[in-house]
Order: sequence, then C-alpha cells, then structure tokens
Amino acid sequence: MRADSILFPTEAGLFCPQGGFHIDPLRPVERALITHGHSDHARLGHGAVMATAETLEIMRLRMGDGFAGSVQVAEPETRIGGVTVGFHPAGHVLGSSQISVTAGGCRIVVSGDYARQPNPTCAPFQPVPCDVFVTEATFGLPVFRFPEPSTQVEKLLASMAEFPDRPHLVGAYALGKAQHVIALMREAGYDAPIAIHGALKALCDFYAFRGVELGALVPATAEDVAAQLVIAPPSAFASPWVQRFRDPVIGFASGWMAVRARARQRGAELPLVISDHVDWPALTGTLAELAPAEVWVTHGAEDGVIRWCELAQIPARPLRLVGYEDEAE
Amino acid sequence: MKAFAALLERLAFTPARNAKLQLLRHYLERTADPDRGWALAALTGDLELRRVTPSLLRGLAAERVDDQLLALSYDFVGDLAETIALVWPEGAEDDPALSHAVALLQGTGKAALPGAIAAMLDRLGPSERLAFLKLATGNLRVGVSARMARMALAGMGAPSVPEIEEIWHGLAPPYAPLFGWIGGGARPESAALAPFRPVMLSTATDLDQLRGLAPGDYFAEWKWDGIRVQAVAEGGMRRVYSRTGEDISHAFPDLIEAMDFEGSVDGELIVRREGEVAPFGELQKRLNRKTVGKGLLSSHPAGLRLYDLLLWEGRDLRAEPLEARRRVLEAVDFGPRIDLSPLLDFASWDDLAALRADPPAAVIEGVMIKRRDSAYVAGRPRGPWFKWKRDPMVVDAVLIYAQRGHGKRSGFHSDFTFGLWDGGELVPVGKAYFGFTDAELRELDRFVRQNTVERYGPVRALAPKLVVEVAFEGLNRSARHRSGVAMRFPRISRIRWDKPAAEADHLATLEAML
Repeated sequence: MRADSILFPTEAGLFCPQGGFHIDPLRPVERALITHGHSDHARLGHGAVMATAETLEIMRLRMGDGFAGSVQVAEPETRIGGVTVGFHPAGHVLGSSQISVTAGGCRIVVSGDYARQPNPTCAPFQPVPCDVFVTEATFGLPVFRFPEPSTQVEKLLASMAEFPDRPHLVGAYALGKAQHVIALMREAGYDAPIAIHGALKALCDFYAFRGVELGALVPATAEDVAAQLVIAPPSAFASPWVQRFRDPVIGFASGWMAVRARARQRGAELPLVISDHVDWPALTGTLAELAPAEVWVTHGAEDGVIRWCELAQIPARPLRLVGYEDEAE
Repeated sequence: MKAFAALLERLAFTPARNAKLQLLRHYLERTADPDRGWALAALTGDLELRRVTPSLLRGLAAERVDDQLLALSYDFVGDLAETIALVWPEGAEDDPALSHAVALLQGTGKAALPGAIAAMLDRLGPSERLAFLKLATGNLRVGVSARMARMALAGMGAPSVPEIEEIWHGLAPPYAPLFGWIGGGARPESAALAPFRPVMLSTATDLDQLRGLAPGDYFAEWKWDGIRVQAVAEGGMRRVYSRTGEDISHAFPDLIEAMDFEGSVDGELIVRREGEVAPFGELQKRLNRKTVGKGLLSSHPAGLRLYDLLLWEGRDLRAEPLEARRRVLEAVDFGPRIDLSPLLDFASWDDLAALRADPPAAVIEGVMIKRRDSAYVAGRPRGPWFKWKRDPMVVDAVLIYAQRGHGKRSGFHSDFTFGLWDGGELVPVGKAYFGFTDAELRELDRFVRQNTVERYGPVRALAPKLVVEVAFEGLNRSARHRSGVAMRFPRISRIRWDKPAAEADHLATLEAML
C-alpha cells in the first residue's frame, strides 16, 4: 500500500482516511491523535482525542475540562478503522509520543517534536523501525549543534555567582522547557528555592506529581521575590511583571539561543542553549539510524533536512503544513 | 581559549558598562600571563595580527561542509565567522592557550595560513571557534573601549586610571610589566617617545554656583566645539591623542606637520577655513580614518586651538599656576594652523553670562572658567576648572517608536524614537534614552503599553499622541538619517502631556537651527 494514501496532508493537518483521524490537527476535527501538549499541536475543540494520559492531563490543565468531546488514553498499540496505531515516547516533553500508523505492511512514524538528548523530565525517544519517518525540522540546519545541557547550567550558575545581587530571570516555555531547566539545576546540585511565574505553577505541580524532581518552588508574583533564580514564560518579559526586579540578568533557554542574532532579538543577556528538540546531528543521526525508505518533513528548516537526505540518497519531501510555530520553544 | 571565548560571549550580550567592567576585571584577575595580556590587546584593538579574509574562510568551510547547506546556514545566521564556527565539524576539543592562537595568527605565512587555521578550528569547541575566527577577522565587537579596559585594570590593584594612562603608550602586548606593577611590582618605565599624559577635566557649573566665587581669581575662555586633544612633540616624535589617550595622529597628518615645537600642549582640535572654525560635523569627516586623502586635507584642514600646556622644552610645567603656563604659550608663534584660545574680558559673572548668551560663532559651546593659579592635575578635580555650557537647543517632538531597555531598565520601554512633522507625516529625527526621572519612566512605559499600534520584534510603533521636549547640544547634517540632520546628545528634557501632537515642531524648525 502506498504510504501517501495511508496518511497525507490536508488543510486541517495530516489525515488518515482509513482510520478517520487527523494527527495534531490545526483546526477542530472529528477525531484527533495528539503527539504532545504544546498548543500548536494540541488544540481546542476536537470531537474525540486520543493521546497519552500525561498529554490528556496537560491539555486539561491548559484548556479546561471541556477541551474535547471525548478523550481516550492511548494504548501502546490500537486498531482504529483499517489501521494499527501505536504511541512511542518522543523524548520531547512529559507525555510526548511519536505516533505510528501501520496499514498493508507499510508503517509510517510521525515523530511530532522529538529530542535525543537525555531529559530528566520525560521518557527517552524510542526508535521505531518504519517505512516513512515524518520528522520535524525546527533546528534543521547544521549550525544547530546543542551543547551538553550541563554546560549551560554551569553558565547560569557562574553568572549567578558573578552577579550575586542581581536576580536571574530565565525565560522558558511553560510546558516542558521550564521544568527541564529546573530539573537540570537540581541535577547540578542547586537546592535553593527557585521562583516560578504564576503561568508555570499548574504544569510544575503536574510534573512534580508525576515524579519529576523539581525541588522547592516559590511564587514569583510577590513584590519581593525570595529567590535569585526566577523562571518565567517568554511572554512575561514584555509585561510589567518584570519591573519588580532590580537590575535583572535576563536569560532565555532555547535552541534558538545558539545563534547570536536570535539571542539579541530576544534581548537576552544570558543565552542558554537548552532545547527539547533534535539538533542537526541528532536529527540526521536519527534518519541514518532508522534508514526509512522515505522521509517527510513537517515544519521548520525543511530545505536543510531535504538537502541532507538528497546527499544521503534518502527520498524526502516537505509536507508544507502551515500552523506549527517554529518559535515553539 | 575557553576562558577568553566565554568572556567574549558574555561581553557581547552584556549591555551595562559596570557589568562589563566587572566581567573584564575578573577575567584579568583569574587568567595568567601572557594570555590575559593578549586578551587585553585584542579587546582594545592594540593587537596586530594577520587579517584573515572572508574568502579564505569561505574556502575553508567549503572543504568541510556541503555548499548548499553552508549557504542555507549563512542565510539564517547572517554572520560568516559565526556560521563557520557553528557548522565546522566537531573535532577533538582541547583548550589551547590564547597565546598559541595569537602566535599562529602573527607568525604564519600566507601559504600556510589556511591549513593552520583549519587545524586550529579542528582543536576547538564552537564558542572557541567563534572567538578564534573573530580574532582572525579582527572584528571582536564586544563594546569594550581602551578606556574601559584601563578602568578594569585600575580596579585590580593600586595604580589608578591616570597612572596607567601615563605609561600606557610605552607598553606593548602582552603587557607583562604592567600586570607585574598592578600585582605590586615595580612601575614600568615608559619607553615611549611623546607619550600621552592624563588630561585635566572640568566640572559643570551655573550662575548660582559662580556667584560664590571671585571673578578676579579666574580666567574665562570660549569652549570650542571640536575634540579635546593633547598634541605632543618630543625628541622628533609627534603625536596627537584624544583626551582618553587614543592615538589619532594618523588621521591628522596636516596638524602633525605643523607641530614644530618641543613639548606637550592641550587644546581643541578643529577644522578651520579662512580663520573660521567649522562646525563639528566637518571635523567628524576627518575622524576614524586610517588614512586621509589629499582632497579631504585641503577641503577640511585641521587646526589646533590651544588652551594649556603640560611640558615645554623639557620642563614639566604641570605644577606651575595656569597663569604662568599661559605666559609661556603666549610667547610662542605656532604658525598658521595652531593658535591660542583667546581669553574673555569680564569683570563680573553677569558680564560673562552676557558673553555666553551671545557668542561670536555658532561652534562655541559655552565658556570655560579656570582658576588663574590652578596646577594641571590629571582627572576631574572639583573646583579649579568649570565648564558653563550654553543652554541646549530644544524642539517639541512626537514619540513614534519605543523599545525596551536593559539592565536596570529591563521591562521598561526606555529607548525612544521621536519625530517632527514634515507635511502631514512624522519624520524620525532622533533617539533618546535618558533625561527623564524614574517616575517619568514608569509613566512613559505605561503610555507605550497603552498606545502601541504595531510591533516589529522588540520595537513598538506608537500612536502619535505624546509630545516630548527634546534638548540637544548641536546639529549636524547627516546623509544617514532620513531627516537629513543628526542631533548631538539628544535627551528628553520635558514630557508635554499637555501639548497636542499636532502642535509639535516641524522639520523646518530643526533645519533652521543648522
């Protein structure tokens, strides 16, 4: 069976007619399979949603109880219509999965967003042999080679020691990145309370409930915040909330921080290259490891990945799905 | 290389001067000789290295990375050295000394250079590769001036900034004797001919303060709007220094040629045509040039208007009273290019106020008031010398863009672009970052948030509603600004919450001030 009749891009996103579902649909659909809880992948208003228990809970926390008509916790393997669907850890954020769709002896794996670096906050990426691998390409250029996260945490700790009187505000995406940064600090032995912006509280609580060690967290909403390290979502840095801090060092934790112009645009004084996506070596390494018959590229720097596939003689094509933010870090 | 690369990265992203100073001082304290000396020279632009061209770098990268991927990467990153540092295949990451990299760039012949650079890149991690490539292309761009570097040095030990400045020009990288002195060793003997000596600066004053002083104890002279310099001719060597000790001789060969004396004098560098001092903008054309063409030398001739002298014919006169130093100057014929700044005739401060209010030339910025008995003291002592600047020019402009500040102003919109009317349109005429109080900053920030009509990245376009009085010290014609004029030291002197935007000034008003 031809892969592109099993699964193909539509205006609403990737669609599987035999199973009657979309994967990470961009607009409300009848049946949605969701890879992970980031808002550009997990949207409001679908009829039925299937995702991991963690992703469903994250969606409920972010969008409220009635975020979908009905929900179903994904099994490692399920039959839907004429296809077999599987959920496999993607190593991106808590609950994140790749979704495999198998029909007529052809298996397509939709990676969603994924990462290969060890991440203390979620299960590691699990390679699934497949005929077609659908990859993201957020950081699909050879300039993106992320350092060991521990080196970035050392950089942050060094700055906190260099400027002990200045609060350090680190911008980190509310789902995944914020908890990742906190967990990395804890791994490095930092055990002082860390202040978190109110927008992070529910998700941090959930991560802690699922057993991720985040240590003592205090609110960063008081007039006088009792912590040198403060984690907040990037959007908070444009709001008057920042004004309560005296002479802060502003950092951002993101893969984009690897490029200076991007870090400057953000107004970062302390760029921290911490990502929950694959960098170039991990992305191309994954393609080499899986050696699929074909690669489809969903979003990001498709041109770079497609050029690499051309050099590696793997057929590849862009899906040109519009709606996934490349800023989703 | 690791420590140097980490310093460069941190400096590149640190806007605040004090934080930069601290980072620099800590690096210099924690790094051994000779690496810290090479780093210092690299930061202050005193490191002479073989310059590596972009085409050489492109060629190297093309051998390691696919052309198309390289092009896509360069497109995204926007900086060649950074692109190459990032895409260069990972090698064995060790930590060669900075001095090793400097030796490579100083001592490798042209033919062997590409191979040597590639071999070095193979030994480094990404951040160190970028530092090395920035060093090789001579383009560090981390916002550290030589003055700031000397302040960091002064923070490390006993020698003060003026003491360091005094010997700076006799030193060469990697400055081991200098660090030895700072560490408690002997002061290095300045070997330089015609060295820079720290200048004496004035403090601002006003009529209220002056009324407490006896006019008879003071000289007064015009404050010329040029560049304060020290011109030194000693033992056949001639040099012109800016007041922070930068050697700017190469840009002013005409003045150097005219320095037919033996001594060290203090004055204002100006462009002069037919006896008239040209506006500051004309002088600016002569600055920051490696060489000056014949055309510019004749169209923009440099001159020097003397205020004072430090040394004369082998004698150090800095401890003598100003009156005595001035008498020495008055007895000399310096030729047509160099003359003495005339003294003003005044009996009372009101006389001087009247002169200040109506100067004979537009390039006069105010008056200088100096005690007749003052010694020439390095730095900015309070009291003996005053500057009494003319009142600034002002226009009422409309705020049109705002950007968030850094450091203490994080989270506040503190960088403003303002415009004047030209027909029915507001033309941007300048930017201001200061002039307002902290309370006003909070009000301005609130205004910005409530009146944003569009965002371009960090920049917000504002509804044209708020009028601010902008004060500035002078105006130059400028081809780089859409309005055709550039203000000097613009700042927001008053917020005109009361004034409707339609009543703000027109561009023609500003042009008339030229």
